[in-house]
Amino acid sequence: MDKLTNQYIIESLSEKFGEAVQIIGEPHGLLTLSTSAEQIIEVLTYLKNSESLRFNYLTDITGVHYPNQEKEFAVVYHLHNLFRNLRVRIKVFLDGTDLTISTVTNLWKGANWMERETYDFYGIIFDGHPDLRRILNMDDLEVFPMRKEHPLEDPNRVDKKDFYFGR
Amino acid sequence: MSNPITKITHNKPVFEDNDPQDELITLNIGPTHPATHGVFQNVVQIDGERIVSGVSTIGYIHRAFEKIAERRPFYQITPLTDRLNYCSSPINNMGWHMTVEKLLGIEIPKRVQYMRVIVMELARIADHIICNGILGVDTGAFSGFLYVMQEREFIYEIYEEICGARLTTNIGRIGGFERDFNEITFKKIEEFLERYPPVLREFEELFVRNRIFIERTAGVAAVTPEEALEYSWSGPILRATGVDYDVRVVSPYCSYEEFDFEVPVGTNGDVYDRFMVRNAEMWQSLSIIRQALDKIKKEPAGVFHADVPEFYLPPKEQVYNNMEALIYHFKIVMGEWETPQSEVYHSVEGANGELGFYLIHDGGRTPYRLHFRRPSFINYQMFAPMSAGMLISDAIINMSSLNVIAGELDA
Amino acid sequence: MSKVTLAEAPPGVEGAGFFATTLDKAIGLARANSLWPLPFATSCCGIEFMATMGSTYDLARFGAERPSFSPRQADMLLVMGTIAKKMAPVLKQVYIQMAEPRWVIAVGACASSGGIFDTYSVLQGIDEIIPVDVYVPGCPPRPEAILDGVLKLQDIVKNESLNRRNTPEYKALLEKYGIETNNG
Repeated sequence: MDKLTNQYIIESLSEKFGEAVQIIGEPHGLLTLSTSAEQIIEVLTYLKNSESLRFNYLTDITGVHYPNQEKEFAVVYHLHNLFRNLRVRIKVFLDGTDLTISTVTNLWKGANWMERETYDFYGIIFDGHPDLRRILNMDDLEVFPMRKEHPLEDPNRVDKKDFYFGR
Repeated sequence: MSNPITKITHNKPVFEDNDPQDELITLNIGPTHPATHGVFQNVVQIDGERIVSGVSTIGYIHRAFEKIAERRPFYQITPLTDRLNYCSSPINNMGWHMTVEKLLGIEIPKRVQYMRVIVMELARIADHIICNGILGVDTGAFSGFLYVMQEREFIYEIYEEICGARLTTNIGRIGGFERDFNEITFKKIEEFLERYPPVLREFEELFVRNRIFIERTAGVAAVTPEEALEYSWSGPILRATGVDYDVRVVSPYCSYEEFDFEVPVGTNGDVYDRFMVRNAEMWQSLSIIRQALDKIKKEPAGVFHADVPEFYLPPKEQVYNNMEALIYHFKIVMGEWETPQSEVYHSVEGANGELGFYLIHDGGRTPYRLHFRRPSFINYQMFAPMSAGMLISDAIINMSSLNVIAGELDA
Repeated sequence: MSKVTLAEAPPGVEGAGFFATTLDKAIGLARANSLWPLPFATSCCGIEFMATMGSTYDLARFGAERPSFSPRQADMLLVMGTIAKKMAPVLKQVYIQMAEPRWVIAVGACASSGGIFDTYSVLQGIDEIIPVDVYVPGCPPRPEAILDGVLKLQDIVKNESLNRRNTPEYKALLEKYGIETNNG
């Protein structure tokens, strides 16, 4: 079997999707692509089911917050082709005003908790998710704590007085 | 799911309508239930002793690792990784060091790589000891657990020789180790290779052909490879279903490609196969450690870190007495180092699956974003759906065979 | 000759065929050497507790032979590991369910003070929600340190006045934590 290469993936995707899939780069050999929230399901379905690509294993889904960018949030998918051992990373940038993206739980059941975690941390809504609730944090938490504007420490702490720390 | 409910027929008393035996009971297990070995909550609906459906609630020890990691310089993240899967901390430590080294493009000397392999394989054995030992406890065999715990203590002694700590080891630095393995370490590793095989053989003799154990575990919670991949399983529980996915082989790190070892796989994906896969992995780990010891002897002695003073924290005595070391120390600690803006995903074969580190770096002192791909978190999500149709007691041993570590689950 | 070592007798008056001491001391001696631990293990320290219970260190040597997983039958609550805010109500519930007399050991940095996890989701020490008798430092503490903590607690138990649980100070302490004390 020929080796599956990044070049082949790029050609295959640009043939199918044209401009809708952009290449970000290949940091440390891991092909990184970006696409739009509208296209993501089609791109992932194609990557998973296409005979020549077969990215059958969903390694991870996570979110990133870039407060200084125009499109503030990113959802990052890591896929793995276990047959021919190649990984690919797909990023979807989302506007801060419309944090909605389709769920991929129909493609991989394992995406369920990964998407819940991303929702819990960043508030990204996965449209069509069967059970989109907070997963790690308390249900009554009002903020999405991994966003950059939120402090790490508990703002309600009373015992941490500045003079103990020489401030 | 794949575990078919065998129909049990019994004579019910005849009720006209609303038969009380048709009612389902809601039962809350956890988050501090002794049978769950950690803080897992499952609310299940049961029909007699059989689970009809269940919902898992997690997050009871959520500690915001990823948020902390955005505020800590690289070398201070190592202690955080300790506390992910605390049964095999060194694997997490090494995984994190390798992630950063991949980002910075540091070439690690062969001897250091072999030392890392030894530490990681010891950790894998320590983790599998706990998992298989606890599985024995849950099926009613306490003694096996006590036998192998002695050996785990011995592994902890080796850790102590290497780094001074038992559990949360914080072994190594970015670029290598903080000190060389001393004579006693090598002697103890040799001793471990001598004394562990008979204990392990005794342990497996207690279980492998034990009728009670087989009847409690064989066919319980069987998972097909398709389901397992659908749920992104990894590690021993995926291999028990017959998929030979092992990060050490698929994307070798730390010179694993030079080692001669097998990837044990199961056939049924049930609890028994998971036990057997872990057991076989311990034998493979012993063989890998032996090979690594032999390889180390051929390498130049005394090398324990890469020659990268701009990234490797210098020893404290040099910081106090050597101008150059002081400057490098200052630069590393204050984050005034030249680092590339890049993204890197690196994964290692943790004791219970693919442990991945997704690091986005913007050149600053701390990671811009660090995401842990935690195998426990991803493996555990199938627990509630697969429990449907199981007996409660089977669900309990299923949970112990998944080897879900609460610290890693909740991060 | 048996290898069993007997606990040291409290000070008292000894004569032919009798030994007299205060009830406090006799009961304290009995309690201290038969503490029933309730391991409330959440994370790393729980693994070290496993080692403490295991064959090498063996907590049972100090009378804590029976780990009680039901709070109703336990009198020493060992809180081991990080207590997140999500977990805090559960811990408090477990404490309330325990019968008097009850003692609490906070094992490890996280249970004592939040440890390295100074974050929005972690309780900064369990003494924010329940009273604690002994703190064991370490991240995680070595099994020897956990044993030492238990021995320190035994000292407290031995010397505790039988009346302590009915004193206004004790009631005020519990009420400070919002725990009801109308148990007779």
